[in-house]
Amino acid sequence: MTQHWIDIKNANAILIMGSNAAEHHPISFKWVLKAKDAGAKVIHVDPKFSRTSARSDFHVPLRSGTDIAFMGGMVKYILEKDLIQKEYVVEYTNASFIVGDDYKFEDGLFSGYDPEKKKYDQKKWAFAKDENGVSKRDKTLQDPRCVYQLLKKHYERYNLDTVSSITGVSKENLLKVYEIYTATGKPDKAGTMMYALGWTQHSVGVQNIRLAAMVQLLLGNIGVAGGGVNALRGEPNVQGSTDHALLWHILPGYHGVPTTAWPTLDDYLKANTPATKDPKSVNWWQHRPKYMVSLLKGWFGDKATPENGFGYGLLPKAEPGVDYASMFMFDRMYAGKMKGGMIFGHNPCVSMPNTHKIRAAMQKLDWLVVGEVHDTETSSFWRDPSVDPKKIPTEVFLLPSCQRGEKDGTTSNSGRWHQWHHKGYEPAGQSKSMGWMVTEIMKRVRGLYEKDKGVFPEGILSHDWPKEYNADEMAMRINGQFTKDVTIKDKTYKKGDQVPGFALLQADGSTTSLNWLYCGCYPEAGKNLAKRRDLTQTPMQAKLGLFPNYTWAWPMNRRIIYNRASVDPQGKPFNPELPVILWEDGKWIGDIPDGPAPPMAMEKGTYPFIMHTEGHGQIFGPGRVDGPFPEHYEPAETPVAKNPFSSQMNNPCMKVAKSDKDLLAKPADPKYPIVLTTYSLTEHWCGGGDTRNTPYLLEAEPQLYVEMSHELAAEKGIKNGDPVVVESIRGKVEAIAMVTVRIVPFQVEGKTVHLIGMPFCFGWTTPGCGDATNRLTPSVGDPNTTIPEYKACLVNIRKADKVTELAI
Amino acid sequence: MAKSIFIDTTRCTACRGCQVACKQWHDHEAVPTKQTGTHQNPPDLTPNNFKLVRFSEHKIEGRVHWLFFPEQCRHCLQPACKAASDSYVEGAIVVDEATGIVVCTEKTKELTAEQAQEVIDACPYNVPRLNEKTGELAKCDMCIDRVQAGLIPMCVKTCCTGTMNFGERADMLKLAEERLAKVQKEFPKAELLDAGDLAVIYLVSQPREMYHQYAQRELRPLNRADFLAGLTRPLRNILG
Repeated sequence: MTQHWIDIKNANAILIMGSNAAEHHPISFKWVLKAKDAGAKVIHVDPKFSRTSARSDFHVPLRSGTDIAFMGGMVKYILEKDLIQKEYVVEYTNASFIVGDDYKFEDGLFSGYDPEKKKYDQKKWAFAKDENGVSKRDKTLQDPRCVYQLLKKHYERYNLDTVSSITGVSKENLLKVYEIYTATGKPDKAGTMMYALGWTQHSVGVQNIRLAAMVQLLLGNIGVAGGGVNALRGEPNVQGSTDHALLWHILPGYHGVPTTAWPTLDDYLKANTPATKDPKSVNWWQHRPKYMVSLLKGWFGDKATPENGFGYGLLPKAEPGVDYASMFMFDRMYAGKMKGGMIFGHNPCVSMPNTHKIRAAMQKLDWLVVGEVHDTETSSFWRDPSVDPKKIPTEVFLLPSCQRGEKDGTTSNSGRWHQWHHKGYEPAGQSKSMGWMVTEIMKRVRGLYEKDKGVFPEGILSHDWPKEYNADEMAMRINGQFTKDVTIKDKTYKKGDQVPGFALLQADGSTTSLNWLYCGCYPEAGKNLAKRRDLTQTPMQAKLGLFPNYTWAWPMNRRIIYNRASVDPQGKPFNPELPVILWEDGKWIGDIPDGPAPPMAMEKGTYPFIMHTEGHGQIFGPGRVDGPFPEHYEPAETPVAKNPFSSQMNNPCMKVAKSDKDLLAKPADPKYPIVLTTYSLTEHWCGGGDTRNTPYLLEAEPQLYVEMSHELAAEKGIKNGDPVVVESIRGKVEAIAMVTVRIVPFQVEGKTVHLIGMPFCFGWTTPGCGDATNRLTPSVGDPNTTIPEYKACLVNIRKADKVTELAI
Repeated sequence: MAKSIFIDTTRCTACRGCQVACKQWHDHEAVPTKQTGTHQNPPDLTPNNFKLVRFSEHKIEGRVHWLFFPEQCRHCLQPACKAASDSYVEGAIVVDEATGIVVCTEKTKELTAEQAQEVIDACPYNVPRLNEKTGELAKCDMCIDRVQAGLIPMCVKTCCTGTMNFGERADMLKLAEERLAKVQKEFPKAELLDAGDLAVIYLVSQPREMYHQYAQRELRPLNRADFLAGLTRPLRNILG
C-alpha cells in the first residue's frame, strides 16, 4: 500500500477492483464502512457479486481479464472531459516529459519488439534529453511527443462501444463508474483503489496495476490522504516476505539479484545505481551502494572487506534472461533437472497452476524437505490417490512447524506496519519455528563443509551465521549496526551500536543492515519500535488516523508514502481539510515527509516522487518489460476470436511454460467456451493446509464448489447442489454446483460468454472435500513477475454421473 | 442493568467471525457439513451452533440483494421458552436478573423429549435445539460467563464492522434508532425487528421475510405451554 488500512476511511470514493476485500481482508471493511458512513461512494468491479459487492454502493460485473480495457476507457474519459488535477499532473508527473523519437506504438506493439525472443528493447522508449542530460519537458502539454499527448493518442481507441463490447460491461455501468470515480480529480477530493490478486494474477498483471497508478496520478490521488494504489497483501506478512526477498529476483530491500553480467560489486553497482543531472531530483536509488554494501557486510561480517567486494563474489549469480520463478522452477523439476529441494509454508501441489504437472514433477525428485504446520498435498504427494506410493522413489522429510502464536517475531502488514508479535504459548509437540529450522539445518551443513570441505566451501562458511535462532537478535541485525567507531556530523557512534536510520548507512563497510528499508525500526539496543502500542497523536495526525507511535512503518515511520505530492509546489496542502504534511516555520509537521527538503518551488526544494530517477510520477513507464503504456491483450486462453484493439491477441511478452503437459486452448475454442476464474474465500487460507485442518472453518466451508449463473445452469441441465465436472484442456475437477444470481452471463463481441468461479483451497488430504482446482489453470505468467494467470482460463462444465473426489 | 445486543445487518459482511468465535468460546464440537449450493453452513442452528450467519439472495429489478443475517437467540424480554418449560420443570430456563439474559440450564435435561419439543415450538424464532447427547436444550447464552466477568460476548468482540454491538439496553436502543434513521434514507423499508420485546435487536434494510423464515416472529397455535404462559404473564410484567 502507498497508504495504510486506516487511511481508507479518508477517501471520497473507493474503487475495489481485482479484489474481494470484504471476504479476503475482512478488517478492511471496518474502514471502508467508515468512509461510506462519511459519504464516500464504494464501487466494486469484479466478475462476480461477492460479500464485498453486498456492502458496496453498487457492483459492476466485468469479464475476467479485461481490466485494462475498462481502466483504459477511464483514462480516455478523464482526458476528454479534462478532469485531470492540472497542477499535480504538470508539476509532479512525467506528463510533460518529451519522449524520444524511437518510441512508437502500432497495432498493439511498441517499438523495439523482437518476436524471436518475445522481448522489447526498452531503450527505444527513452525520454528526450536536453544538452545537460536532463529530460526535456513541455509544461503546456501541447508538444505532440509529450507523454500527455501520447497518452491521449494511445487511449483514443478505448471508446465506450469497444470497451463495453470486450469487457461485457454495459455502457451505462461504465459511465457510472467513470463519473463517480473521476470526481476525485478535484484537489480537495481523494479516491482510493483497493486491489489484490484479481489484478496481479493475469498475463497483464503488472500493467493492470500500472494503469491504476496512472489514473491515480491523473486525478492527483497519490500521496494524499484517502488516495493511493493499495495492494491488499495476501497474508499477514506477505509485505514483509517481499521486502525481505522471498522471491528470487531480488535481494532484501529491492536490489536486483546479481547476475553473471555483473561479476564484481563495482559492475553491479555501476549497472544498478541511477544518476540524474536534475538538481531537484532526489533520485533515492543513488544510495544503493550504501545499502548493498551494508547488506553484504551484514551477511558476511568480518569476511566482507573492501578488497573482496564485501563478499559479493560469494553470492550465487543468476544467468541473465533465465526465469527462476517458481512456475519455471517446477518446469525444470518436471524436466528432471532438479534432484531435491525444500518447501516451507507452501503447498504447490494445490496452489501452483496446472497442478497435474506439479504433482508429476515432484515424483522426479530424489528427496524433498517440507516445513509445514500440517501434512499437506505437497508433503504427501507420494500417496496422492492417483499414484502408487511404491513407485515413488522420492525420500520425503516433513518438519513440523509451529504456528504464529507459538513464536516471537514480526509481521509487516499491507500498510507497511512492522509489528512485533509475542509468543503466546509453547510450540505443540516437537514443532519448531521455521527460523530455527533454517538456522539449524545451515549450522549442520556448515559443519559438514568444515569437516569435508567440498566444492566452494567459502560460499557456505563465510557467513556471519547466528549461533542460534533468536527473533530479537534477527530484528537487530535487520536494522543494522556500526562495525567500528564512527563520527558522523559531530555525533559519534560506537562499534556495535544500532544504526538509527538508513540515512546513516555507509558504503565503506562501517555499517551493516540486512534490509535498509527497515533501518530505523530498532534504532538503539532495547528500543524495538515494532513493539510500540502507543496511540497518542497530534490533532493534525488524529484527523487522518496516522497513529505514528503505534508500531513502526517503513520507510522511517512514514505512513503515507509520496506525501510531498499532497501539497502544491509552494507547500500548501491540496486538501486543507485533511493535510498529510504541512510546511510550518521552516519545517514539516504531520506525517514524516519524503525527505526534509523545503517545498518544491523553494530553493533547495525537491520533486515528490523520490524513488524515480527523474523525480516524477510515471504516467509513461519505460521500466516495464511489456510496454510504457498498458494495452489490452486477451488472457492466454480467451473466449473471443479477435482482440478489437489490435491484431495482437495476447501480451506479446507473456511467459509460457512449454512441456507436454502445458496445453493451451485456442481462442474461442468451442470445446472450452466458458471462462473460469479462481479465488480464495474468507474461511480458508491459500492452499487450505491450515484451514482445512481447523474443524470450525471446514464446517463453514466444507467442499469445493463452482459458482455459476442460472442461465448457464439451465443450458447445461445443472441444478443447485448438483455434483459437476469442470474440465479444461489440462485436466478435470469435481465440484458442487452453486447456482446463483450473483454471476451473470456477459455479452462479449456480439455473443454470450459464460463465466464460472471456483475457490482453489481444497485438496485430497481432507477426505471428501474435493481436490485442487488448479489442475485446470495454465502455466502462463506475467512477463515482469511471472505471476501465474489464475484468474482467467477456458473450461467446460457438465453434470457428473458419479464422483470420487467429493463425499456426497 | 438489562443488557442488549444490537445487530446492524446493513454492516454485516458475513465473514462469520461471530459464528466461529461463538463455537470457540463455548468449546463446541465441529459439526460435519456438506456443500449443498449455498455458503450457509451448517444449514441450521444446532446444539453446537448458537450463532449462524444465514445467507439469502434475491434479484429484484435487475439488482442483486445478498442478505446476511447473523442469527442467534433473541433473549425475549418475556421468553415463551421459559414459560413453556416452567410449566414442566421450574427453573429449567431462567432469566438472569442482573442482565436479562435467558439461559437454558442443566435442568432442561429433566424435560421429556416431547416437552422439550414443546419448548422449542414455543419459541417464535425457532431457536432452541435439543442436544441429543446430553438431553439438554441448547441456545445462545449471550456469553453470560463473559458478561458477568465484565467482558462482552464473543460474537460482539470478534466483529470488525460494527454489525454486532453490546451494552446497556437503553444505549443499544438509542444506537439502533440512530442507525435506523440513517439507513432509512437509502432503504425506506428498513426496520428494527420487534425491538420492544427483545434484548437482541436486529436492524434490517429489506422486508424481513427476505432474510429467512424466522426473521419474522412465527406465532404458533396456542398449546398447553402458551396457555400457561398466558396465565402467568401479567404477574411477570409486574415483576419486570
